[in-house]
Amino acid sequence: MLASIAFYVLSAIAVISAFAVIAARNPVHSVLFLILTFFTAAGLFVLLGAEFLAMLLVVVYVGAVAVLFLFVVMMLDVDFAELKQGFLSYMPIGAIVALALLGELGLVASAAMSADGAPIALAPAAPGAVTNAEQIGQVLYTDYLLVFQLAGLILFVAMIGAIVLTLRHRPGVKKQDIAAQVGRKRAEGVELKDIRPGQGIG
Amino acid sequence: MNPSADYVPFIALPVEWEWTLMKSGQVLGIMILLLVSLAFLLLFDRKVWAAVQLRKGPNVVGPFGLLQSFADFFKFVFKEIVIPAGANKTVFILAPLITFVLAFVGWAVVPWGPNVVIADLNVGILYLFAISSLGVYGIIMGGWASNSKYPFLGALRSAAQMVSYEVSIGFIIITVLLLVGSLNLTTIVDAQRDGIWMWHGFRLFNFGEFPNNILVGVVMLAMLVMFFVSALAETNRPPFDLPEAESELVAGYQVEYSSTPYLLFMIGEYLNIVLMCAMTSILFLGGWHLPWGPVDNPALGMLIFYVKIWIMFFMFAMVKAIVPRYRYDQLMRLGWKIFLPTSLAAVVAIGYYVTFLAPAATTSVAGG
Repeated sequence: MLASIAFYVLSAIAVISAFAVIAARNPVHSVLFLILTFFTAAGLFVLLGAEFLAMLLVVVYVGAVAVLFLFVVMMLDVDFAELKQGFLSYMPIGAIVALALLGELGLVASAAMSADGAPIALAPAAPGAVTNAEQIGQVLYTDYLLVFQLAGLILFVAMIGAIVLTLRHRPGVKKQDIAAQVGRKRAEGVELKDIRPGQGIG
Repeated sequence: MNPSADYVPFIALPVEWEWTLMKSGQVLGIMILLLVSLAFLLLFDRKVWAAVQLRKGPNVVGPFGLLQSFADFFKFVFKEIVIPAGANKTVFILAPLITFVLAFVGWAVVPWGPNVVIADLNVGILYLFAISSLGVYGIIMGGWASNSKYPFLGALRSAAQMVSYEVSIGFIIITVLLLVGSLNLTTIVDAQRDGIWMWHGFRLFNFGEFPNNILVGVVMLAMLVMFFVSALAETNRPPFDLPEAESELVAGYQVEYSSTPYLLFMIGEYLNIVLMCAMTSILFLGGWHLPWGPVDNPALGMLIFYVKIWIMFFMFAMVKAIVPRYRYDQLMRLGWKIFLPTSLAAVVAIGYYVTFLAPAATTSVAGG
């Protein structure tokens, strides 16, 4: 019973905060609600017995990706009145996208349910002594090693591409020479001068 | 979540509810223990700092100043809460609460002794890592909600700093996981039960597997040092306290905070430091085991673990007293250009050891 209470509380928070992500007027609040949604989704994963996925969701999405989101959104200087102006002209396209997504969700839900409404596509939680982490490791690093490494390579290429596209070499920029900074000795930086009283440094 | 099958309830309550009540009691006990310890750890921190500078430190309230932290507590609580007019009120109040709560939540999986643990998660170390990576939210929200320049700059610095050092902490944890073959914290501690030569920080002394212990020992000793430095950076402790560098940013993200919200920030910050001390002793210093042999008595184990936390905290206090503050670009360089490649290389080296060199007994999971 405790598990079902936890499920209903978590899913209610997840749905409400997901709605608040698009309803909030302040973009920073939107990101904060997004983080709350991720967090409750991690809680739902734990209830399903997928604790490893839950922790990864928190570490990767909440702990790293969303921080960078928040970072960027806080730095934005957006004029909200201007943003709201084009809202009606984008409305039809937005509605089509939303309808298509809703249809897809319905298809997935109908595929995962049998006729009497019981879920059929869900795998049973970790059978026996094999933990989540081991199962996922088995799939990623043994069964589909090559595909997984290829996916990593593609991401790597995308990252290098993004860096190359934004990299500019400007002339006349002062750069730090770390080796010179670290290798600096006291004799090069400090000079002792013997100053006579009343004369100062001439 | 499941009470064990042979569990006999002693009150006429459903087993599930009674189990919940029992766990709540344990949580309360740990919280009180932590808060009371924290009062004295704060005093200890200031005393160490003072001793290094040839001062006496707090010595007026109570004998040897022992009650100083309690006096500070009442002073904080009875002051007025000032919320700046331009602040985002909800987020402003929420930020210290998040820091405070997250600092406690991590302790749920920390094993204090043999079988003394609130939640013995399979993925305990990942849970700790996840919770410690959330700590940045309190700071960044507080800095943003204050709607002021210095707090915002402090928050941005802190976000960049904590995200950077999390990466190397993650890799350092992986080296330990490779040696143990489990994500469970109790298993990690019990893998080090034989004595100091099995503690992950001091595998160099494991003369039983002579040539290989030098590879593992040197790498893991380096990992212990790097984990300690990364923990300093992750908790915004000096010499990495740039988010609140008082010479540049007044007090960083907490400039606008006063009274109880400030107190919550401070308690959260110090509890995170203590959590990092606990993590260091679990991962590298044998948890509740003695240097010369295993401990199976829960009470003795708790005491040993508690003493190890204090010793690690002493190290944190000494670093604060002795080392001057890093420049921001040096901090970033250390994190990304030195710690990240070194810890990656260490993961490769330990992986090589576990796969090809380790005796069959220690490759229980990772090898098979």
